[in-house]
This record gives sequence, C-alpha cells and structure tokens, in this order.
Amino acid sequence: MDLVVAVLFQLIYVISNLALISLGLAIIFGMMRVINLAHGEFLMLGGYTVVVATNAGVNIWVSMLILAPLVVGIIGVIVERLLIRWLYGRMVDTLLATWGLSLLLVGIVTSIFGASTGTTVSPPLGVVRIGDYSASGYELFLVVVTIVLLFGVWLTLRFTKLGLLARGTMQNAEMASALGVSTSRIYMITFGLGAAVSGLAGGLLAPMTGVLPTIGATYIAKAFITVISGGSAILAGTTAGSVLLGGINGVFSFVAGSTFGEIALLMAAIILLRLMPRGITGRFFRKSI
Amino acid sequence: MNFSRRSFLAGSSALALSSAPIIGRAQGSDKIIFASILDLSGGLDIYGAPMAETTKMAIDDINAAGGLLGREVELKLYDAQSTIQFYTQYATQAAAGDRAHTVHAGITSASREAIRPTLARFKTLYFYNTQYEGGVCDYNTFCTGSTPAQTVAKVVPYAMNKWGKKVYIVAADYNYGQITAQWMQRFVKENGGETLDVEFFPLDVTNFGPTINKIQTAKPDFVISALVGGAHVSFYRQYAAAGMNKEIPIASTTFGVGNEQTLISAEEGDGIIASYSYFEGANNPANTEFLARLDARLGAGRPVMNELAVRSYEGAMLWAEAVKMAGTPDRDPVIEALRTGLSYNGPSGAVAVDAQTAQPPADTQLVCDLVANPNQSTFLFENGLAAAGIK
Repeated sequence: MDLVVAVLFQLIYVISNLALISLGLAIIFGMMRVINLAHGEFLMLGGYTVVVATNAGVNIWVSMLILAPLVVGIIGVIVERLLIRWLYGRMVDTLLATWGLSLLLVGIVTSIFGASTGTTVSPPLGVVRIGDYSASGYELFLVVVTIVLLFGVWLTLRFTKLGLLARGTMQNAEMASALGVSTSRIYMITFGLGAAVSGLAGGLLAPMTGVLPTIGATYIAKAFITVISGGSAILAGTTAGSVLLGGINGVFSFVAGSTFGEIALLMAAIILLRLMPRGITGRFFRKSI
Repeated sequence: MNFSRRSFLAGSSALALSSAPIIGRAQGSDKIIFASILDLSGGLDIYGAPMAETTKMAIDDINAAGGLLGREVELKLYDAQSTIQFYTQYATQAAAGDRAHTVHAGITSASREAIRPTLARFKTLYFYNTQYEGGVCDYNTFCTGSTPAQTVAKVVPYAMNKWGKKVYIVAADYNYGQITAQWMQRFVKENGGETLDVEFFPLDVTNFGPTINKIQTAKPDFVISALVGGAHVSFYRQYAAAGMNKEIPIASTTFGVGNEQTLISAEEGDGIIASYSYFEGANNPANTEFLARLDARLGAGRPVMNELAVRSYEGAMLWAEAVKMAGTPDRDPVIEALRTGLSYNGPSGAVAVDAQTAQPPADTQLVCDLVANPNQSTFLFENGLAAAGIK
C-alpha cells in the first residue's frame, strides 16, 4: 500500500514536472507559433537567477517565485522587441533565430559563470514520509505550484481582457488590429509572459536539478514533444500531453529503468502523432483553451 | 666587381635551396614537441581545464630544470571543444604537422578511441591520463589513469565491510558506466555480497524520483554510483531531498572527479565515500609541495585538484623520465624505457608502468600481454567484458 502511494506520488510528480517545463513553451510556441529553441535557455536563466540571488542573500522563496519570473520575463520582452517581432508568421525563421539565441545565451552564461556552477541551494521543506517510503516535501510543493500555475494561466486567458485580446490576436491579428487592438503590444506581453512562466519553472527546478549553462538541452526536446502532442489548445493540450507522456515515462522508468522510460516517452509521442497528427486537442477537448 | 643580377639570383636561390633542410633539421633538434589535446570548452571542460593547467605546469617544470637532454620542451595545446571530430583533426595535426614526440590527449573513452589509431599510424607515442574502464592493450598507448580493478576493487569491500552486503548499482549509460557496473557486480559477488539491482541512466536524465522509489523498495545496505556529468549531479540532490542520504549511504567511483562535491551543498554530499588514487587532501610531502606551487601559479581561484589533473602532471613527468633514460625523444627507445617498469614519485605517490600492459597493473592484466604480443593495438573491453572473456 505504501509503495502504491509512493509510486503514484512519483508519477504525479513526473507529470507535473513535464507540465511545468512545457507551459512557457505552450504559450510561445503553441499560442504564438514561434518555434522557440531558446526555451531551454529561458529555464536555465530562471535557475541562474535563483542561484545568484540566493547566494547574494535573498530569501529562496522570493528569488524562486518573484525574481526568476521577473528577470526572465524582462529578458523575454527584450528578446521579443529586438529579435522575435520581425519574424511573426515566418515559423522556420524563428527556429533559426531562436537557435542562435540559445547558443548566445549558453555562451554568455558560460563566460560569466564557467561551465560548472556550484548550486549550493538545497530544496527547502523537509521530507514527507509515506509509511516505509519517503519523498521530498519540495516535490509535493512543485506539484501544487504546477496546478496553481495552470489554473492561473487558464483564468488569465479565459476571464481577463488581456487574455481575450491575446487569444483574439493569435487567432486573427489583422482583424484584431482592425478592431483597435495594439497587436504589437499584445505580442510583446504574451511573449514576455511565456518567458516569465519558463523562468519561474526553471527557478523552481534549480534546487532539484542544479544549474549548468547547458541544462536547457535536457528540457527542450521533452517540452516540444509535450506541446506538439498536446495540440492547439495550449492548456488542455499541455495538461493532456503531460499526463499521457509523463505517465508513460514514469511507469516505464519504474518498471524497466530510466533508459526505457525515455524510449517509451518518445515512442508514445510518435504513435500518438501518427494517429492524431494535430495532437490530442486536435481530436478531443477541441473547444478548450 | 662583376656582379650581375642573374648570378645574384642563382646564388641566392642556391642558398635558399640548401638552407631549407638545415632550417628543418634545426627546428627538429632544437625543441622537443609535447602535444596535448583536451576539452577546454564545451560540456567536458570541467575535466579538461584543470588537466590543461597541470600539463602546462609540468612542461614549465621540465624546462625550468633545464629541459630534456639539454633541449627545450615546447607544449602545443589544442582545445577539442568537447567534439570528437576535433580530436581526430588535432591528433593528425600534432602527429603530422607538429611532428610531436608525444601526444597526451583525451578525456572520454570515445575521444581516446578516436585518436588512438591515428597516433599509432603516425608512430607517435600516446599517453591517456584519465581514469577509465580498462582494457586498452596497445604498444603505442600508455594509460596512466586508474581502472575499475583499482577503484572498484577497493571501494566495494570497504563499503560492504562498513555498511553491509546488499548493493544497489546506479551508473551512466555508456561504456564507462556499463563496464564499471559489470566490475562492481563482480567484486560484490567475490566479496560474498548480493547485487539487488543495476540501473543505467542516459547522460541527460535529471529526474531520479522513480529510481529513489525503487531503492526504497529494494532496501539495499548501500548504493554504489558510477554516474557521470552535470545532469547526473541531480541524483545526489534528489536523494538528499528525499532524506535518503541519512538512511542508505552512497559509495562512488565517479563522485568528485568532476569536482561534484563543490557543485552541491555540504549536507547533500556528506557521507559519500569515493575511491581514487588521488585526493587533494592527501598528506605527503610531494603533494604539499605540488599544491603550494600550484597556488603560487594560479592564485586563490585555482581549480580543486582531482585524479585527472594530477595524473596529467604525472603522465608528463613519467614521459620526461623515460626520455632522460632513453637519451633520445624518439618513440621506440622511449617506449622501451617506459616498459622497464619506470616509476615517478608524484603528488599521488609512486606511479609505475607495467611492462605487460603499458599502464598501471590492473584488470587489464587478465587479458593483455604486450610482452608476449608486442604489436597489439586493441581495446579489449569494447563490447563489454564478455568479449574479453572476463564476465
């Protein structure tokens, strides 16, 4: 019984982990159609923000929940103004540009901090006991944060004026513009929010995984696979994609080891996209956000 | 004086022609060329940068002592940028372009296997100064790093004695991890223990939650790790976050060689036992003296010394001893000198070359005999230990 609870908890953690690293990309790629290959680097920058701020004496909760999204959000807005805004509607060009951006960010961080960085930030919160088993209380916290974050993004998109304008602009920018919406501003804000969500995710994961200039590479493929498998509805899609792929990854990792967990995740995505080329939300939950 | 332009041209071109070989020879006899190819950028530079520093120090030390055979030693240092392709390119450059007398190169086993054939073909003496999985049996190649029979054979009985007989193995999923895990199983069995499970992880895995559950289910007496690289450092963090570091201890053959202890907090790393032929804290006069000189060279921000860095220094010094003994930097006499069982007293103690395997005596001795078959150039563990008849 304890084992079942412990494994189930791990499974939920793997799923929310996947949702957490994918959500920022879902906004930037799923919604704005910008193939952001620098997504991993946004996560990485969030992690560095936390490590630098905490080492400078800032409270760890403040640096994770406030500073990381703020810093990366600002970087996102700068990137959008300088680079991305010239490229809307040119998907392949965004791929090339953001790839260059990713290399640039890795290079900058490496030259400032070196190739390996001491992350002497331990996960806060203690240990959760499940009978004979124990899990990190911080993992439980991450699950809760992911759910809150998904809910928050849903509320913003569904019920605020900004959400309505953003959805309208992404669906038909010319019409939105004709109706008096400053689409350029909406694009900037949306990109900034996507970056901020990525920064928050990277910041939250830093105590669990540590930071390296190249850590983005370990996230980028999984994030894209999750968002693409999810399909066009960004929230329902990301959630469904994370549950399916994370669940499969978690179960296979537990039964057959990590290598097979990774293989199973990729196989599942391939089969899924063969059966549903437009992702899960291309067939189910089509009207959702 | 009758001095036409024609005769001047004829005379000067004759001079140019005749002087060319003299210049060539002069370069050849003036300096002894020591080439080094390491990853100074890219993902592997956590290992490569300290190795380059100690290599530079070794060459400076040799030159400060008057060079070798009265000749200056010149270091040609190449950055392979964590890319195998550059290793092959620079190995050719060092052997054919620089006419290097020796090449000390390579960090991963993959980089070693990429350049070993090139250097054998150009008859250029090759040193590989990294701890590795053992099994290279090559007339031209000298491996100075420690191998599983030296590290695993020490840490497994020690940890079993300290903690108990049930062992859980976690290792990186490439040849070092795979082969080291086979050695771990072998030594656990030989010491009367039981391997509960062996798990391999691709190098980019950062979530170790499912594994930590499995370890909790299996309840081993201790976990032994051969995890490699930056992403795998997450294992130690998440293990500590789940409170496991206080319940089931960890032993390792890799923790520390990438200075992992400086990447996580002291509480997270506390209690991990690692096995190496060198630790910076080693208390012997040679090491104290070495570290003092390193401090003077590099100042306060110098890298923490580990086996890779110190062995790079000792590898260069072993080669220098051999050149002195041979009286020439030419390859064959130097190899002969090395294989007399030549030894050098360095920061990690006395290191000596085993004539049978051209490296410190170890596991490789089981399969490799260069005395009987001097012209070998093989990597015996390429397809796991079964291929070498050990498993």
